[in-house]
Amino acid sequence: MSSDAPVAEIPGDTRRDRIVDDLRVHLGASLLDSLVKPGDDVWVRVEASAWRRAGEVLRHDMGFDYFCFLSAIDWLPSPYGKGEDDPTEPPPERDDTIRQGYAGGQTRLQLLARVVSSTDHIGVNVKCDVSDADPSVESWIPVYAGANWHERETHEMFGIGFAGHPDLRNMYLPTEFEGHPLRKDFPLLARMVKPWPGIVDVEPLPGGGDDEEGEGE
Amino acid sequence: MTSTESLLDRRQMAYIAAQASDARVNVELETEGMTLNIGPQHPATHGTLRIIARLDGEQVVWAEPSCGYMHRGYEKLTEVRTYPQVTALINRIDWLGSFANEVPFILAAEKLMGIEAPPRAQWIRTILFELSRIANVSLFLGDLGVQLGAVTPVFMAFRDREYVLNLIEGATGGRFHPNFDRIGGLKDDLPAGFIDETRVVMKKLRNFCDEIENLLFGNEIFQSRTRGIGVIPKDIALQYGLSGANLRASGVDWDLRRDQRLPMAWDKIDWKVWTHPDGDSFARCWIRLQEVRESTRIVDQLLDGIPSGPVMAKVPRIIKVPEGEAWVSTENPLGEMGYYVVSKGELGPFRTKIRSASFNNISIVPWVLKGVYVPDIITILASLYFILGDIDR
Repeated sequence: MSSDAPVAEIPGDTRRDRIVDDLRVHLGASLLDSLVKPGDDVWVRVEASAWRRAGEVLRHDMGFDYFCFLSAIDWLPSPYGKGEDDPTEPPPERDDTIRQGYAGGQTRLQLLARVVSSTDHIGVNVKCDVSDADPSVESWIPVYAGANWHERETHEMFGIGFAGHPDLRNMYLPTEFEGHPLRKDFPLLARMVKPWPGIVDVEPLPGGGDDEEGEGE
Repeated sequence: MTSTESLLDRRQMAYIAAQASDARVNVELETEGMTLNIGPQHPATHGTLRIIARLDGEQVVWAEPSCGYMHRGYEKLTEVRTYPQVTALINRIDWLGSFANEVPFILAAEKLMGIEAPPRAQWIRTILFELSRIANVSLFLGDLGVQLGAVTPVFMAFRDREYVLNLIEGATGGRFHPNFDRIGGLKDDLPAGFIDETRVVMKKLRNFCDEIENLLFGNEIFQSRTRGIGVIPKDIALQYGLSGANLRASGVDWDLRRDQRLPMAWDKIDWKVWTHPDGDSFARCWIRLQEVRESTRIVDQLLDGIPSGPVMAKVPRIIKVPEGEAWVSTENPLGEMGYYVVSKGELGPFRTKIRSASFNNISIVPWVLKGVYVPDIITILASLYFILGDIDR
């Protein structure tokens, strides 16, 4: 696949920097942002219009032949917190500023996919902003056939559309189900109807006075 | 005698005529397609998976698994749990190899916190990880027989898996859901006598593998029902994200235990990654058999070299994971299992993407079942090996 054969002793960061450089050559201005953690992982963010193109470049030109997963992230802080509020009290003030993670972003919803090269086992996390008004990108199925079910799942859980997907039926939920459960503004109803007993995670040990440092030997 | 001769002739003629009319019937009659529904409750589905297959005669023209009967929404639930609480949930994803589910999540949290478990904890983690693999895959080997109509192997598998479960229970307190892994190490050290007992059990498991190999893999019926059936070529396997034994059976030499740097003990010992060039059902089953054997050898070697020291690093009592994103995946019994953890510096994860092996492994079913015969549906599904909890999460 890739013309540059895997060399055993390339330090991780050079290899990963090269991935970003190669992507920039192929995608140009559509590559919006990137982050390389040396020896760990690489994140890139592409424009929504270049989502399919990014997949094609990664698979056909850069040798990322293994499709790992495709999903999304909703960066809106949950308006319900952890569902541990006292229902009799007025709801507490919450910080609702949207802060995206690695490789930045502008929108609340972001696609996230990971592809890996089967020759040197290095992966790339590809992100893509999808607009709130029209959350839709081109499907990756022609590039990675395995994206089919992942896109169905993402459509069901986040309400992101995939143009060109043959069959965006729900995988888990009933067909008539309304809402997208993994969006942060979708309440976890089990927490709403019954208070959660596990609010206190760590109870003080009987007789133990150390609160901060404890479990070590 | 001419009469006998003519009788033979007549018989022969009648036979030929029957053949010809049979052929005519088959040509002239329009056969209607039929839809075959397998499951959701079917012994071959390891839980509740429904397969809808459209048939033309005995051949499948279209097949589609329908999942979701066991969807528990773990990705949403992790968002309202603290990090230590999450392990209790993710234990139940692949319920036959529970401990192995905990490890990648804990490693991801440790990666974000910038801590590493002490060497002893890493070794014990690796031992328990491999024991989960043995418990899981040995059951697959027994179950495989049942799918093909052989009942004996499953009894042997349940008998010998029990020894491994006893070991896991002895070390962790839980037979199926250990919930033993902690951020920074392990809940406890190994119990007294664990090492000697494990050596005995590993010997038993190697005997089990030999038995299964003689009984099942050498069997002519088994071979004729699996060889050349359900062939998945390399590039298709990679595109669909097949992992674990399914990928190695298609000739891809890739094992996450060997091919990435993890704070685990696999790189400190000597072991082999098995691959098979055929990509058929037989190859997938054979790889798994070899992997159980290899795992017993891994455990034996690990037992020899467990370093001394604490099993828990210094971690704060209340665990807050710094802001960031981390991806860690490990080679679980079913294949690549990974967690993409997004942290906002709070007590619990902001978002967890659970990448489970069976979801990808089973998404190839519509592709691989096209054109196979009805009895092969079951063997192909069995050889792909999935756990329902691992598909639906």
